[in-house]
Amino acid sequence: MQVKAPGRATHASPARPEHPVRPRPTTPLWRSRTAQGLAYAAPTAVFVAVFFLLPLLLVGQMSLSDWPLLAGDRGGNAPENYTDVTDSPLFWPAIRFTLLYTVLVTVVLLGLALLLALLVQESRPAAGFFRTVYFLPGAVGLASASLLFWGLYSPTTGPLSRILESLGLVDDPVSFLGSPTSALLSTVFLVVWKFAGFYMLILLVGLQRIPHEVYEAARTDGASRGQIFRSITLPLLRPSLALSLLLCVTGSLLAFDQFFILTKGGPDNSTVTIVQLIYREAFQRLDLGTAAALSIIVLGALLLLNVLQFRGLRRADES
Amino acid sequence: MLNRALGRTPHYIVAGGLAVLFLFPLLWNTWASVSPQPGTAQQSGYGLGNYRTLLDYDAGLWRYLLNSTAVSALTVAVTLGVSLLGGYAFARFDFPGRNALFLLTLAILMVPYATLLIPLYVLLDRIHLQNSLVGLSLVLAVFQLPFATFMMRISFEAVPRELEESALVDGCGTAGALRRVLLPAVRPGLITVGLFAFLAAWNDFIAPLILISDSEKAPLPLAVANLRQQSMGAVDYGATEAGVVVLAVPCLLVFLLLQRHYVRGFMSGALKG
Repeated sequence: MQVKAPGRATHASPARPEHPVRPRPTTPLWRSRTAQGLAYAAPTAVFVAVFFLLPLLLVGQMSLSDWPLLAGDRGGNAPENYTDVTDSPLFWPAIRFTLLYTVLVTVVLLGLALLLALLVQESRPAAGFFRTVYFLPGAVGLASASLLFWGLYSPTTGPLSRILESLGLVDDPVSFLGSPTSALLSTVFLVVWKFAGFYMLILLVGLQRIPHEVYEAARTDGASRGQIFRSITLPLLRPSLALSLLLCVTGSLLAFDQFFILTKGGPDNSTVTIVQLIYREAFQRLDLGTAAALSIIVLGALLLLNVLQFRGLRRADES
Repeated sequence: MLNRALGRTPHYIVAGGLAVLFLFPLLWNTWASVSPQPGTAQQSGYGLGNYRTLLDYDAGLWRYLLNSTAVSALTVAVTLGVSLLGGYAFARFDFPGRNALFLLTLAILMVPYATLLIPLYVLLDRIHLQNSLVGLSLVLAVFQLPFATFMMRISFEAVPRELEESALVDGCGTAGALRRVLLPAVRPGLITVGLFAFLAAWNDFIAPLILISDSEKAPLPLAVANLRQQSMGAVDYGATEAGVVVLAVPCLLVFLLLQRHYVRGFMSGALKG
């Protein structure tokens, strides 16, 4: 670029043999492409260092130290925080509950999302309208959706209980959040409502990547709709299904808002998830060290899970 | 023709039935927020009594709306700024540590948000940003960075190099080329990133719950959740329902307005993901 611009050098000394002009030595260091690249990347680097790497190191250190929420002695106490975590009477129940919730949500959510994607994939009239309607709950935040469903489920003023009563299905107002099982199922219902449209979008992308010719060839061969779905749609959709699975499992294992707002962990601590336990250790038991140890355990487990799932994802992508 | 229409009918019954199920909670909540209910400010007839309760609740609805707007605006601005520069750097420049930094930025995705909030709580305290809307916005922006940086990098890579080179030849610096030539070209990417950041910041609950201790500084989701939890015994469903409407309407409007960008950006992300 500099070769074209300055004609001055050749004007000043026309006798000099023409070298290809090298821009580098004449450019000040701060204007070199390397330096400019570094400058443009600097904000990202600062952010990643201060708000990601530093907290990562800190959570490790905290997990090995006595760390009361308010002022207090902050010496090392390894591995006391970790044994505190595993000795907590809520630890194993919370893990069991989180896993149960994750399996339930994943199966129901991805099943419904696949149905929705199949319903709106073709360019039928109104397909776009239905896509928008199914996605709308996705634009509402999870906390807002939880507050909404909290009103919906209310035994006194909520409409669901009244609908069931007027249909004669129940005699008394239903307390949707009152028993451990119904509290779990009610929360799953909320999460499915909120996220089905989101996963529908991911699966739509996958469906649209399947070439039309494959379907046409199958139809010419006389395959039934069921056969086409089983032996073409499902296998070719595997990368999108795997991505949905990864996001859904990771998201569900970290569930917090919906339980904090809808059930507060109740009834009888039956719906306490792992992340809620972190919150309770830190801000109810005022022990940041134990909360940090629990964070490290969750972090390690999810890292392992992500690595395993990424491998599966890649394999699905190759096939 | 008639046959084909009849053939589609079951499809429309299923799709329509599901559409009703998906819309019902939103419609019910909106209707309930203006309907009469015992134990609310809207005891008889239809009206905005519940919204008036919300206006006067604790620090007041305007304060909470202002907090939420400030946090969202700052998060969007920081996310756009950092990812614009970062995306440019990763797409167009060669510098030591480039790939490592890019992978490290993506690695933020691998670490669950909730597990970093405990150390961030301590860290923000040390730099005097705890219980501050600025600190909250910075934290929210960090967790937008993986998607935003990725999105801006592919946006810049999609712009032909010649466009930028001709600007450089005409005497622009790289900053000038970025501002005058590249910025318009990557606008769709910026809109997508901004929209994602807005929805995430406006709706986030756990970060303000942990990082904000002063109810004056609570964003709207936290304030509405508190409204429900603080009322001992008597629960004001009406005011909560009004709060949900105030929370949801901006999201639904923004989504409906920018739907095309959202879906497109989402799809390009999902394709590579």
